[in-house]
Amino acid sequence: MEFFELAIGSIFINNIILAQFLGICPFIGTSKKMETAVGMSMAVVFVMVMAGMITWSVDTFLLKALNVEYLRTLSFILVIASLVQFVEMFLKKMIPGLYAGLGIFLPLITTNCAVMGACLLNIGNEYHFTKALVSSFSYAIGFGLALILFAGVRERVNLGRVPKPLQDTSIGLVTAGIIALTFTSFRGMV
Amino acid sequence: MAQSLVKEFKKGLWAEIPPFRLVLGLCPVLAVTKSVENGIGMGMATTFVLVFSNLLVSLLRNMIPPKVRIACYIIIIATFVTIVELVMQAFTYPLFLKLGIFIPLIVVNCIVLGRSEAFASKNPPVMAVADGLGIGIGFTLSLSAISIVREFIGAGTITIWGGNPVFAMPEWFTPLSFMVEAPGAFLALGLMLAGMNLIGSK
Repeated sequence: MEFFELAIGSIFINNIILAQFLGICPFIGTSKKMETAVGMSMAVVFVMVMAGMITWSVDTFLLKALNVEYLRTLSFILVIASLVQFVEMFLKKMIPGLYAGLGIFLPLITTNCAVMGACLLNIGNEYHFTKALVSSFSYAIGFGLALILFAGVRERVNLGRVPKPLQDTSIGLVTAGIIALTFTSFRGMV
Repeated sequence: MAQSLVKEFKKGLWAEIPPFRLVLGLCPVLAVTKSVENGIGMGMATTFVLVFSNLLVSLLRNMIPPKVRIACYIIIIATFVTIVELVMQAFTYPLFLKLGIFIPLIVVNCIVLGRSEAFASKNPPVMAVADGLGIGIGFTLSLSAISIVREFIGAGTITIWGGNPVFAMPEWFTPLSFMVEAPGAFLALGLMLAGMNLIGSK
């Protein structure tokens, strides 16, 4: 039950994009087409879960054990950057089909603040390992949900006649605001 | 020399002002602009990181092997972010708490990495510092502008430093708290971006 509440809370109420403002760049950048949105969401689920597990272990067994918590930022970004590189090489060799699907989105994830943000939130909330795993996974699902919903809306919006100064990113942000407004109604659910 | 220095500095203030002209690094823009104080604090922290990471990247530009350059830039940036983190923890603790995880997240702010890659790695140190300073100050200005709009409409106050509002609307003003919450952030930035496009297109 505890995990269920955490999952619902992380997907809907504290949605990583629409409530916590993490990962806005890929949210705006990859939502013009549905395929890219789906590719990015899959890549994020994959990397965020792995990064969540590894950074939790690094923090607990290395940084806290050695009393060097001030190195957290530096070590987390190193872990994430090398993880992304490793995942890329691994997929290229072992699962070429998935690699072709995720393609260019993998390297972009290094500078996706949602991944690093989710890891930092896990540590900040002092979750134990299983909780960190569940929350990383649910944050990633929340990311995918928001991104895919937004891509669907944006494809339709771009068909309409948008006033010139509002075009592209600007109308995208206004649309995102309206989606965020609908997400605020999930508050009080858990 | 002096002229091009001024040029590099000035472009960050208008022609390439982030996040309006250079649409990058939107996460802190949306997240911390609830009050003017947070906006200015975040802007200054980012400026510090920008200036020093630009300087170091530019100094080391002939030594960093091109294949691993991104990793090197990230380590350089992370070092300065850690410095900012420790300094803010020591001297401006309340602000540090308010900005929360967005201070360590300067590491993955695309503006900082973008300037290292696009500018500092190709230009001499003095120019790189001017560029970093210009972009950083531009970023601080836009953060302040957005947070003035949001805080004024959303809370009816303007807080510049230390948590005490320097300006507050009289009693009859009902703040539209929508503006300081998540949806208002997207809406405010979207409309201000449209405003900038309107001015720029003339």
